[in-house]
Amino acid sequence: MARSAVRGGLRLSAHKERSTEQPLRPASAVDSLVLPLDQQAGAPAVPLVKPGDRVLRGEPVAEPGGEISAWLHSPASGTVAAIEPRPAPQRMGAPTLSIVIANDRRDEHYASSSTSRFEELSPEQLREAIGRGGIVGLGGAVFPTAAKLSSAARANGLRLLVNGAECEPYISCDDMLMRERARDIVLGAQILLHALAAQVCVIAIEDDTPQAAAALGAAIAEARDERIQLRFVASVYPAGGERQLITAVFGVEVPHGGLPADVSTACLNVGTAAAVAQWIRDAQPLTSRIVTVTGDGVREQRNLEVPLGTSMAALIYDCGGYTGRMSRLIMGGSMMGQALPHDDLPVIKATNCIIAASALDLQLRGLEMPCIRCGNCSAVCPAVLLPQQLHWYAAARDFAALETYGLMDCIECGCCDYVCPSQIPLAERFRDMKPALLETLTARASADAARTRFDARTARLERIERERDAALAKKRQELAIPRDPPAQHSPRLGGKS
Amino acid sequence: MRQVLYALVPTVALHVVFFGPGLLIQIVLGVATGLLCEAAALRLRGKPLPPFLLDGSAIITAVLLALCLPPLAPWWLVVSGVAFAILLAKHLFGGLGANPFNPAMVGYAVLLVSFPARLLQWLPPDTAGFEPAALSFTETLTTILTGSPPARFTWDAITSPTPLDALRTDLALGMTMGEAHAGALFSTFGGKGWEWINLATLAGGAWLLVLRIIRWQIPVAMLGALFVCASALSAVDPGAYAGPLFHLTSGASLLGAFFIATDPVSAATSDRGRLIYGAGIGVLTYVIRTWGGYPDGVAFAVLIMNLAVPLIDRYTIPRIYGHAR
Amino acid sequence: MLPALLTMVGLAAAAGGAAALAARRSERDRNRLVDEIDALLPQTQCGRCTFAGCRPYAAALANGEADINQCPPGGHATAAALATLLGREPRPVDPRFGIVPTQPMVAWIDESACIGCVKCIQACPVDAIVGASRFMHTVIAEQCTGCELCIPPCPVDCIVMRPAPG
Repeated sequence: MARSAVRGGLRLSAHKERSTEQPLRPASAVDSLVLPLDQQAGAPAVPLVKPGDRVLRGEPVAEPGGEISAWLHSPASGTVAAIEPRPAPQRMGAPTLSIVIANDRRDEHYASSSTSRFEELSPEQLREAIGRGGIVGLGGAVFPTAAKLSSAARANGLRLLVNGAECEPYISCDDMLMRERARDIVLGAQILLHALAAQVCVIAIEDDTPQAAAALGAAIAEARDERIQLRFVASVYPAGGERQLITAVFGVEVPHGGLPADVSTACLNVGTAAAVAQWIRDAQPLTSRIVTVTGDGVREQRNLEVPLGTSMAALIYDCGGYTGRMSRLIMGGSMMGQALPHDDLPVIKATNCIIAASALDLQLRGLEMPCIRCGNCSAVCPAVLLPQQLHWYAAARDFAALETYGLMDCIECGCCDYVCPSQIPLAERFRDMKPALLETLTARASADAARTRFDARTARLERIERERDAALAKKRQELAIPRDPPAQHSPRLGGKS
Repeated sequence: MRQVLYALVPTVALHVVFFGPGLLIQIVLGVATGLLCEAAALRLRGKPLPPFLLDGSAIITAVLLALCLPPLAPWWLVVSGVAFAILLAKHLFGGLGANPFNPAMVGYAVLLVSFPARLLQWLPPDTAGFEPAALSFTETLTTILTGSPPARFTWDAITSPTPLDALRTDLALGMTMGEAHAGALFSTFGGKGWEWINLATLAGGAWLLVLRIIRWQIPVAMLGALFVCASALSAVDPGAYAGPLFHLTSGASLLGAFFIATDPVSAATSDRGRLIYGAGIGVLTYVIRTWGGYPDGVAFAVLIMNLAVPLIDRYTIPRIYGHAR
Repeated sequence: MLPALLTMVGLAAAAGGAAALAARRSERDRNRLVDEIDALLPQTQCGRCTFAGCRPYAAALANGEADINQCPPGGHATAAALATLLGREPRPVDPRFGIVPTQPMVAWIDESACIGCVKCIQACPVDAIVGASRFMHTVIAEQCTGCELCIPPCPVDCIVMRPAPG
């Protein structure tokens, strides 16, 4: 198996053994499930139910609210307790409209309409069917999968890349999925191949996960599908970043401002593939996901299958509760994760990992000193940027320079942050500057458009005037009106003779 | 930055072995001046003292400048040089991280241009064939603090030119390279004493490379360019041009390559830029040494390339992922 | 002494002359300068600067016939950018030319009052109003630059400025 590598990046201690020692188990049932309606990328979903309605497990409770949006299904049977703003993790605890379901613990399933064998559907029908399962990208971007597939399917010679390169420390949910449900992933890959009308699939994983490699290898062999192969990438963070993985595996670069479809690739997470398989094969929509619960601040570090909407507090309790060393709660991994203000927040489709961090897990930042241009940051940047220059121009708010130096190409991986000897929170700064730069770029695009329309209108008016003058001159010519008309001969006017 | 100071210890130690304790006194004076000036400047700029004073950058500037000065130089030489470096070359431009020029080299250049004679009064090395004036530690101290040697000596009796300086004088007098190299100050490939000091510097520099405190582009480019220039011209006319090994081990070549030119603040930004920057310093050093007006060209070479850094940076932006260029 | 003095004076004169020559902008450079200035302007095409559009203002600036502080829609940021580009003293926008808007505003036609006279359509410098004679007129908000040139011609005063959506 060829080993491919990412440019730059860091070799980090994985901190994953502690959460992969025990097999997956389902999380304990909870009484209340909170489903934020805007937990996917794109438009918030629109509720289909109202407070008081009885719902079954797997029943659709919200439909897509726009072109790019997703279905939401009830993770349990029970009653809709309320539809009201509730604190949400994707908003750092700020409230967002959510459907609150009271779990009656009867676990009655909704009878989803069965799909005929997926191979018999057209790719378009299959994409639409996948959308109805509420499937979104489970690698963290939560982009609605059906929309992604539709947009990618327009490319020629498409190939599918299934991303199992779980590179960020602490997160091990994909690793567990690959170990225990490799068959689901492979079936998901086959379904996605059909949905994309693609012929080539590569499942990429890091080279330090032998159990996952073995399980996937066995599942691929069992499927006897020559379209699917397994590839290894060096376990360097951020090998699992979409662009970095595509380059490492296929050797092409996704163009600036473009999408993987521009290089004939569709990249989906292994979790997404497994979710697709469970929906198409078992009529089980996306109502739960594997979450890694880890960190020195929680008693039991492991992975669980968690119904969406379970509160993180309940999840921690399910894992034995906090240890006395618990300091901060983080959703995500140690590089790109976000600190949460409290644990009364629901697990959403994007929740791949919760770190109950103690002082052992946290690397507290020292006092920020001026940049000495040492170049450690540019050496590790996977996007080949010059973070020291971006930092300089961000401080000056020089948007033209920020654009030249590629601020919008920053993938916010945090590698530069990690190696900076002056303790400058680089990735944070870049993340904060991006909206301002985007505003400038958008304003410039509007101004360019206005200029074009103005010039077009000016040209049109000039053309109309020219054409009118030409028409009038032509008419004068045709009527042979001389330039100096002779004096009129009329008795009434007493004209001269 | 503490690692840089540790890496300079072998150089300083061997320097003291061959040239006496004067360097240590210069370092003490320089560091004290540097920290005082830094503290004053920080106070004036309203910045907190503890983190900036302790970051070691002022100390490194002082030590590097002291290494460039003769061991018996009067106290006001190192003090004014360091003061100039810290106050004008560093804090006037914005302090740590904002200086466009290498502060130590600015200080040295100011001293060289203002007091050229003083900077040529080196000591003979304490090696075979020499009997350096036996100045005790106290006498060294008084010489530095008063500016005049002990009563029983004159300046001429105790000082001696550097090998580079001697070479320049000899060539000007019409000697060939071979004849010049036969002089007392010269050894197998460098100057007596100096070759050991340079080896120590090389060891310190290698240590910094291993620790990844500095990156290889600037030292390799600078030494490589110097090597190429010296090889080419000495191959053409060995009588008139010194060979590469001599150039690499004399003057501030190695100190410059590993400790001075690698100052990240005033150097070019990208890897490719640093290669060009280092090569430029190497070429300019050779040019100034061979045809310029000063025996050693490292300081001016560094300053000239500092001037060129914005231009180099502009044209060596690496191709960003996903961009066409 | 004299040769040295003459050499220095000669070199200085040569250098100064070369610099002066370089500073004198050629025709092509002048056009490029107008493009560069125009790129900084917001393209509102409102005429508040007293010129018939952004490009005429840019041309006037390039010729030194206008000042950098005449563009209210561009705001103080544009005035500062123009000052930097042209090497002039930065100044805030002169309130005699108009008020700097605090947020982007777009025109909005009250369709219940519109009589379909097309006068506003003719006035819009960027064709952002859709409609025809005796058909309903409406402003395409994304394309409206906020120039307010449609407001005076409307015989029934049915156009108002509102904050831009989004």
